[in-house]
Amino acid sequence: MSTLARKQGVGAVIWDYLTTVDHKKIAILYLIAGGFFFLLGGLEAMIIRIQLAVPNNDFISAGFYNEVLTMHGTTMIFLAAMPLVFAMMNAVVPIQIGARDVAFPFLNSLGFWLFFFGGVFLNLSWFLGGAPDAGWTSYASLSLASPTHGIDFYVLGLQISGLGTLIGGINFLVTIINMRAPGMTYMRMPMFTWATFVTSALILFAFPPLTVALIFMMMDRLFGGNFFDPALGGNTIIWEHLFWIFGHPEVYILVLPAFGIFSEIFATFSRKRLFGYSSMVFATVLIGFLGFMVWAHHMFTVGLGPIANAIFAVATMAIAVPTGIKIFNWLLTMWGGSIRFTTPMMYAVAFIPSFVIGGVTGVMNAAAAADYQYHDSYFVVAHFHYVIVGGVVFALLAGAHYWWPKMFGKMLDEKLGKVTFWLFFIGFHLTFFIQHFLGLMGMPRRVFTFLPGQGLETGNLISTIGAFFMAAGTIVLLANVVITTVKGKRVGNDPWEDGRTLEWAVSSPAPEYNFAQTPLVRGLDAYWIEKMEGKKGLTPAEPLGDIHMPNPTILPFVMSLGLFISALGFLFHNDYGWGLPVGIIGLLITLVAMFFRSIIDDHGFHIPKEEVMEAEKKGAGA
Amino acid sequence: MANHTHVQNPKVDVAYRRKKNAEEMKHQIISFTLMIFLTLIAFFAVGYEGFSAWFSVPFILLLAVVQVIFQLYYFMHMSHKGHELPALFLYGGAAVAFITIWAFLTIVWI
Ligand code: HEM
Ligand SMILES: [Cu+2]
Repeated sequence: MSTLARKQGVGAVIWDYLTTVDHKKIAILYLIAGGFFFLLGGLEAMIIRIQLAVPNNDFISAGFYNEVLTMHGTTMIFLAAMPLVFAMMNAVVPIQIGARDVAFPFLNSLGFWLFFFGGVFLNLSWFLGGAPDAGWTSYASLSLASPTHGIDFYVLGLQISGLGTLIGGINFLVTIINMRAPGMTYMRMPMFTWATFVTSALILFAFPPLTVALIFMMMDRLFGGNFFDPALGGNTIIWEHLFWIFGHPEVYILVLPAFGIFSEIFATFSRKRLFGYSSMVFATVLIGFLGFMVWAHHMFTVGLGPIANAIFAVATMAIAVPTGIKIFNWLLTMWGGSIRFTTPMMYAVAFIPSFVIGGVTGVMNAAAAADYQYHDSYFVVAHFHYVIVGGVVFALLAGAHYWWPKMFGKMLDEKLGKVTFWLFFIGFHLTFFIQHFLGLMGMPRRVFTFLPGQGLETGNLISTIGAFFMAAGTIVLLANVVITTVKGKRVGNDPWEDGRTLEWAVSSPAPEYNFAQTPLVRGLDAYWIEKMEGKKGLTPAEPLGDIHMPNPTILPFVMSLGLFISALGFLFHNDYGWGLPVGIIGLLITLVAMFFRSIIDDHGFHIPKEEVMEAEKKGAGA
Repeated sequence: MANHTHVQNPKVDVAYRRKKNAEEMKHQIISFTLMIFLTLIAFFAVGYEGFSAWFSVPFILLLAVVQVIFQLYYFMHMSHKGHELPALFLYGGAAVAFITIWAFLTIVWI
């Protein structure tokens, strides 16, 4: 069954990826799908910025602008940032804890395919009557009035992909709790693993409110319910509460892994142990907990009253404290280290001032009285792009460069990487810094154009120019990927030479089974400890033996496809006769696939010891 | 990883397990009886005319909480070793949900 040395045809490769349950291949699937949606969301961003480049522009119509804007936000959060975070987690976390796989390989694949089909479903709206147009927050008072099926695509697409995210989160929780190698205590886990752990817990608790909100919305829009319609006794504010009870933890679901990625990079390229490791763990857990107590800061202007606003304002500001702890720890990690400015490290260093600006405007927004000015203006747009681009996107780009050799066995070109960095860094600040002032000057958020003579022209033009810089950076990155894939040289286990954690102890890419022998972990930065003692490899915790592996399966793909078909049917069930039967058939496909999953006794297979030894000799463990 | 659980002397194992199982069975029967008893009380509290809703609603909610605890600890084995983390997550989730609802009842809607 070992696929190590076999040449395969295109069909076989595609089948391999459709049925894989290997976390390393699922990481690549997440990377490709998330990367594709990132490009799509980027294209939408460019359309937005071109439309806003000059006053009274008619590049696109007002209605189409609303669709592009909504799809930009929704795509970037749910279909680009989330899956790219999952790509990093899948690529690295199991190896970082010394495991051979995740706890539930089947669910891992199911999570991916649900996300993928949900994303495709959402984007089908472009071709089937119009995309959602009520903003990524889709407030009920607006979205219930939307005449096209766009919102229905939003509701059902996010329901399916959200299910995938929830499954993925549960899988990582169980993996980190149960699959750690001997000696890998909680307080020896690498910071990225800790971030993944807390993030997964946030997913576990934050996604159910979204699920409930989406079900309510689905009932209202498709099945004659009235949860949100005040004329029929509903309450439109409930959507906002449910959305933000999910939505604020969601921003931490994105940014905590980013923190984790940067923690790894700072330590590696400062050639120093992460400063204040235990306070980092503490701060991560505290941020995760506080993240659930602040949702109403998105609703200061709804009219909750002074007491609610004051309490939520103070709770929000409290989050700045653990965040500050982290910033100082990163600075002190660099302090006195022997720093190497590789591409990932440049992103990490640039992240600190960028993210601090976003944090400061966050605290400004959190002052409830002042937020009456900022709310729904470009100031808020500037705030969240500083935290999301300056934090999450920088981290994803840094992580992609950092772990690319571990995922694909080849180093991305450093020169092109730095070109990408500078273009992206300059473009980012050009685009978003000026938006603070546009907002303070009164430019409202989510408008499709503005008038001349109000002092908004220069700022908007600068912002658009910045966007083109970021686009150029992205194109250079794509070129880099192509060039590396075609011409790049294969690298060994530890291509950065300063790797500290377990993933750098195995070959690049890691063999199917990750570790020929489960390692014994003897402290934080387990691989670094072995290197400092002059050892080449890890201390094994078990004798060499046959390795048990899960079988590949197509069932997760079929289950997700069934839900996809079902959603399509129910979406149109009020318009066409075929809607209801198709909806039911889709559900049946999923149920039959689940039935087969239950009755087929799948024990997996074993890679014999001899084959493992041969693979290790060939370079797997070189 | 966990292939060192079957190494004890099987005879000792069986005797020990029997005793343990019997003990557990006893607990389960006791809590099962208690649960039926609590259910009967709940029905009685609702049916009895002398109690106003202000008493019986909080009262049966309290009984419900007790039932959940019985369920978790005696039937779903949360008292056993190795369930600390699930317990932590359960209570963590319950705490977050409680604070959220509490916020609604005290500052958001009133
Ligand atoms: C010190 C930490 C932070 C504070 C105090 C803070 C505070 C706030 C406040 C009060 C708002 C509402 C502004 C308004 O709509 O009037 C807001 C919006 C937002 N924040 Fe933050 N924030 C912080 C960190 C973050 C992070 C780390 C992220 C994401 C990674 C983030 C993402 C967002 C987003 C996406 C919005 C806009 C949501 C929307 O209306 O579409 N924030 N923030
Ligand atoms: Cu928030």
